[in-house]
Amino acid sequence: MTFIVSEERSVPAAGAEVVLSLHGVTKEYPTTPPVRALRGVDFAVARGELVGVVGPSGSGKSTLLHIMGTLDRPTTGDVTVAGYNIKDLSDKDLSALRSRHIGFVFQQFHLLSGYTALDNVADGLLYTGLNVTTRREMAHRALLRVGLGHRLDHVATKLSGGERQRVAVARALVGTPSIVLADEPTGNLDTKNSEAIVELIHQINDEGVTFVVITHNPEIAEAFPRTAGLRDGRIEYDTGERR
Amino acid sequence: MSRGNGLVPSKLHGTDVLRTASVGLHTRKLRAALSALGIVIGIAAMVGVLGLSESSKSDLLAQLDRLGTNLLTVQAGTGIGIGSGELPTEAAGMISRIGPVEQTSTISAVAANVYKSDYVPEGQTGGITVQAVDVNLLDTLAGSVADGKSLDEATATYPTAVLGSVAAERLGIRDVTGTQQIWLGDQWFTVIGVLDEFELNPDLDRAALVGMTTAEEFLDHEVVPSSILIRVDPAFVDEVTSVLAATASPQNPEEVQVARPSDALEAKEAADDAFTALFLGLGAVALLVGGVGIANVMVISVLERRSEIGLRRALGATKRHVAVQFLGEALLLSAVGGIGGVALGWAVTGVYANVRGWSTLIPPIAIAGGIAAALLIGAVAGLYPAIRAARLSPTEALRSA
Ligand SMILES: Nc1ncnc2c1ncn2[C@@H]1O[C@H](COP(=O)(O)OP(=O)(O)OP(=O)(O)O)[C@@H](O)[C@H]1O
Ligand SMILES: [Mg+2]
Repeated sequence: MTFIVSEERSVPAAGAEVVLSLHGVTKEYPTTPPVRALRGVDFAVARGELVGVVGPSGSGKSTLLHIMGTLDRPTTGDVTVAGYNIKDLSDKDLSALRSRHIGFVFQQFHLLSGYTALDNVADGLLYTGLNVTTRREMAHRALLRVGLGHRLDHVATKLSGGERQRVAVARALVGTPSIVLADEPTGNLDTKNSEAIVELIHQINDEGVTFVVITHNPEIAEAFPRTAGLRDGRIEYDTGERR
Repeated sequence: MSRGNGLVPSKLHGTDVLRTASVGLHTRKLRAALSALGIVIGIAAMVGVLGLSESSKSDLLAQLDRLGTNLLTVQAGTGIGIGSGELPTEAAGMISRIGPVEQTSTISAVAANVYKSDYVPEGQTGGITVQAVDVNLLDTLAGSVADGKSLDEATATYPTAVLGSVAAERLGIRDVTGTQQIWLGDQWFTVIGVLDEFELNPDLDRAALVGMTTAEEFLDHEVVPSSILIRVDPAFVDEVTSVLAATASPQNPEEVQVARPSDALEAKEAADDAFTALFLGLGAVALLVGGVGIANVMVISVLERRSEIGLRRALGATKRHVAVQFLGEALLLSAVGGIGGVALGWAVTGVYANVRGWSTLIPPIAIAGGIAAALLIGAVAGLYPAIRAARLSPTEALRSA
C-alpha cells in the first residue's frame, strides 16, 4: 500500500466547513526524560468526514485525540474546534465547548454501571443545561439510532460488550456534536462486535455525523473514507477524502 | 469568565446535582450505609441524650407541679451544740400564725421499736422507726394510700398503725386485710393501711405511723415535735423561709433546720445534667469518627472513580461540577447519617421514656442541631476529596482506567 504524504491533503477541500483543525501541534510530557508525544501535527477535519487515524502503540494517537477533544492543551501550536481557537478559552470555556461540540467514545465504554442505557445516554446531555425530560427524549431517539430501542431500561452491567459500546456511541451522538472522537472503539470487542461497531460508525457518518476514529488496526482505518497514519508523533500519511 | 465567546458552562439543576451526588450511593449501597453509620451513632447519641434529659426534666416539672414547691420543713437539729432533736411544743402553733402559712402538720419521733411479731428478737427492728403524726400528714405531703386507709380522727386514738412503703415491705405486708398485727412498743397494733412512696419525704417510707393520741395513750409518749411540715402560699415561700427558724424556736433559732424538699429533687436533676454533658461529649467523638470515616470513603471513592471523573469532564463537566458532585455525595452521606441518627435517637428516647413512664420530648434544637452538625461534618469531610477530584486532569483520569 502506498499513500501520498502531503501537507495539502491534511486540509479539507476549499469550501467545506472545517470543524476541527490542528496547526503545528506539539505535545511534550514533562517527564524525565521528556516525552515528545506529538512533534508537529497539521490536521483538519471537515464537516461530515469520517477519518481513521492509525498508528502503532505509543505513536501518540491517544495524545492526539485528547488534544483534538480539548481534554489537554498542546505544548505549542494551534487547535481550533467548531471555530474556537482553544488558546482563547479558559478551562470552563473548554468544558462548555466539549458539552456542545464534541462527543467521545472510549475503548473502555465508561458507562455508569448501576444506571440504565437510557440514563447513561441522557448523561451525555447532563452538562448542556437541557432539562431532564428533553434529555431523556433525545437519549431515547439516540438509542433508536444505534439499534438499541429494545434495551432502553437495561442496566449497563446487564448489556453485552457490543451493546455497551453502542450505548457509548449513542451518548456521544445525543447532543448532535460538531465532531465525535473515538479512541479504539473496538479495542475491547471481539471481531464480530468490532465489525458491527465499525458498521454502525459508517452508518451514523452517512447520516451526517463527523467522526475521527483512532485505531491501531489498519484494516479498520483503511475502510474509512479517509485515513491518516501516525508514527512517532507525526502524521506519516493522510489519504484525504477518497470518495 | 467567558469573554463574549458564547461558551458559558451550564449550571446544573438542583435535581441533577442531587442525581450526580447520589451516583456513589447508588452503585455502592453497602459501603455508603457503613460509612454513614458513624454519623448515625454520633447523632443518635446526641439526640437521645438531649431527648432523655428533656423528657426527664419535663417529668420533673410535672412531678413538682403535682407535689408543689411550696412545702417547707423545719426540723430540730440533733447532736452536741446543735440541739436535742426536739422543737418547742408550741412551735406548730407559732408557725401557723405566720400569714402565708396555709397548713402545718407535726411529726413527733416515738422511741419505740417495731417487729413483725413478739417472737422477733429484740434489736432486729429492720430500721423501722415509729412516728406520731397529725391526721393531715398525707394531705400536707401530697402522699397517697397504696392499700387500706390512712389515719383519721377515730383511728388516731386506737392502737392502729399505717406503714410507709419500705416499712410495709420489711414487715412483709403487701395487702391490708385489716387483721394484720405488728408488735409495736411491746404491744399489738393493727395495720390499717400501707402508703405509697413519699416523693417529698422519703424518711417516712421507713416509718410506722401512729396518731398523736395513740402515741400518748398507748406508748406513753410525750408529744414533742421533731419536725413540722408547712404548706405556704407559693408567692411567699422565700419570705416564710426567712422567718421560720426564729418563729419555730425563738430561743434557739440556730438549732432549727429549715428545708424545701422540692429543692432536693431539682438537685438530683442537676446531677443528671453532668451525665448529659458526658454523653454529648461521647456523641461528639462518634461524630468526629464518623466524619473521618466519610472522608476516608470519599478519598477511596475519588481514586476508584477516576474514569468516571474523566468521562464527566469529557462530557463537559467543569471542575466545579465535579467538586460539587463529590462534595454533594459527602453531604448526602452525612445527611442520611444525620436523619438516621435523629430517627434512632428519637426511637431510643421513646422506648426509654416509655419504660420510665415519661412523655417523650425531643427538643427541636436537638433535631435541627443534629442534622446541621452532620451536614457540617459532611462538608468538612467531603471538601478535600472533592478538591482532589476537581483537580484531576481529564486525560490523567481517563488514562487510569
Ligand atoms: N501523561 C503522560 N506522561 C508521560 N508520558 C506520556 C503520558 N501520556 C502518554 N505518554 C507517552 O506519550 C507517548 C504517546 O502515548 P499515547 O498514549 O498517545 O500513545 P498511543 O498511540 O495512544 O498508544 P496506544 O496504542 O498504546 O494507546 C507514549 O510514549 C507514552 O508513553
Ligand atoms: Mg492510546
